[in-house]
Amino acid sequence: MSYKTKNALTGWMFIAVAAILITVFYFYPMFQSLLLSFQSGAGTNLEFVGFANYVRLFSDPTFLTALTNTVIYLLVQVPVMIFFALIISVMLNNDKLKFRGWFRTAIFLPCVTSLVAYSVIFKYLFASDGLVNMALLNTGILQAPIQWLTDPFWAKVLIIIAITWRWTGYNMIFYLSALQNIDKSIYEAAKIDGANAFQSFIKITIPMLKPIILFTTIISTIGTLQLFDEVMNITGGGPGNATLTISQYIYNLSFEYTPNFGYAATVSYAIVVLIVFFSILQFKLVGDKND
Amino acid sequence: MTKLKMGAMYTALTIISLVSIFPFIWMIVSATNRSVDVTRGRIFPGTHIFENLQNLLNQVNLVPALMNSAIIAVGTTVLALFIGSLAGYGFEVYRSKKKDIVFTILLLSMMIPFAALMVPLFRMFASISSVIPFIGIDTLPAVMLPTVATAFLIFFFRQSTKMFPREMIEAGRMDGLSEFGIFLRIYAPTMKTTYAAAAIITFMASWNNYLWPLVVLQSPGNQTIPLLISNLGSSYSPDYGVIMLAIVIATIPTAVIFFFMQKHFVAGMMGSIK
Repeated sequence: MSYKTKNALTGWMFIAVAAILITVFYFYPMFQSLLLSFQSGAGTNLEFVGFANYVRLFSDPTFLTALTNTVIYLLVQVPVMIFFALIISVMLNNDKLKFRGWFRTAIFLPCVTSLVAYSVIFKYLFASDGLVNMALLNTGILQAPIQWLTDPFWAKVLIIIAITWRWTGYNMIFYLSALQNIDKSIYEAAKIDGANAFQSFIKITIPMLKPIILFTTIISTIGTLQLFDEVMNITGGGPGNATLTISQYIYNLSFEYTPNFGYAATVSYAIVVLIVFFSILQFKLVGDKND
Repeated sequence: MTKLKMGAMYTALTIISLVSIFPFIWMIVSATNRSVDVTRGRIFPGTHIFENLQNLLNQVNLVPALMNSAIIAVGTTVLALFIGSLAGYGFEVYRSKKKDIVFTILLLSMMIPFAALMVPLFRMFASISSVIPFIGIDTLPAVMLPTVATAFLIFFFRQSTKMFPREMIEAGRMDGLSEFGIFLRIYAPTMKTTYAAAAIITFMASWNNYLWPLVVLQSPGNQTIPLLISNLGSSYSPDYGVIMLAIVIATIPTAVIFFFMQKHFVAGMMGSIK
């Protein structure tokens, strides 16, 4: 064996374990899921039914509700969070600011909690007689308590508040690090040319951070499309199905209702399609502006 | 910047910081209060922490759940770091066109939502159960196995390996070390910070994992901490003080890791986007 072939072979050995495990635990189940999506039946008694599951998908009101909810979370929460994270990171990047480390740590802190733990805390904070309503009533902002958990609209708002609380600091860290790599002289030049803070933000900061914004948007999109822990533990998907997400619907179809693995697999492909669709869309949007 | 603008900035940042940390403070304060005080909106520390602890220990299998979570998180971290760094090193040091293609394919697994894997994985482990019971459904290895190889860690280690000086590999070869020996004795000890960052990220993700343990673990004795908290939180007559104490206890390991290794954590996250 030549040195070159031997060397190449050694390389494959290093990669083998990971490649095999990822194939077994990601790609193979993904393929299984595809096969399952053409089958139907209760529990393990499955038979091939062609496209019946896919036909059912588009006339299934629960699926359509879950899909709508998930897309609402995505379209409202991700832009709001990215905007907040950007603003906060720009403020924290100011050299004259004191206590920067303290602010940064405080804002990043939500990221260390488990999704389940913070969900339970939020459920109690936003109960109808919870601390948030109590504070809003006592300060006179509200006349009557908001039914965060039982009103279909406010329940969605609560989920959005919760995810924003948990993830804004996470995105902020990416922007902060990227901001530190921007040459300060660009801002000084802009200032001399008469640009104000807002103009520098729009004309310099955002274009310079574009790759990172794209990265965090895609990561957040994938995360939001898979939303499960929060909804399960804050509202349980209720009231009615007002906060139900696609992931939770798949869980219910598989493990809560009479198990229908075939249809659950079909629904799961909806998330795959959405992730691919939104990722390509985001790449296109950012890519076109770069040209 | 004018004084007025600076003032506005401090005010905004102070409010945002308070909103960020308030749920933590409330959680810690509530863990020391009686359930009835928590519902009354008491925001000062009380004296009922030991009473709450006693009740918590009586109500649920706290210690076994902590043990399960610890075994899963430590086990996953050790295996994931070994497998991930091995592959990241392999992809970067023995680079070839074919390997780059494989790398891209492996990266695609990051796009696969867990919900699409859940049912087939469940069925896979259910069928393993009859052949190798100790890695089948309702076992701790079943929780760990699907998470020990991740494209994210491979990517992370590959990026960091770009900085690793090749001369050290040559020196190792001169000294007669095997290729694996070079990885184990030269590469691994040199890359301590990379390993630390990867360990923090993996430990946190594993400690806080909820959906897959919820699916695969069934018996009460095999509960992990997130499952235990979820059950406590959904009970019909919640004892708020007790639940908050459980959440505090569950958060301590990740919070401690975060505070002691904050720099590595941030570096680790940055490493992933370099």
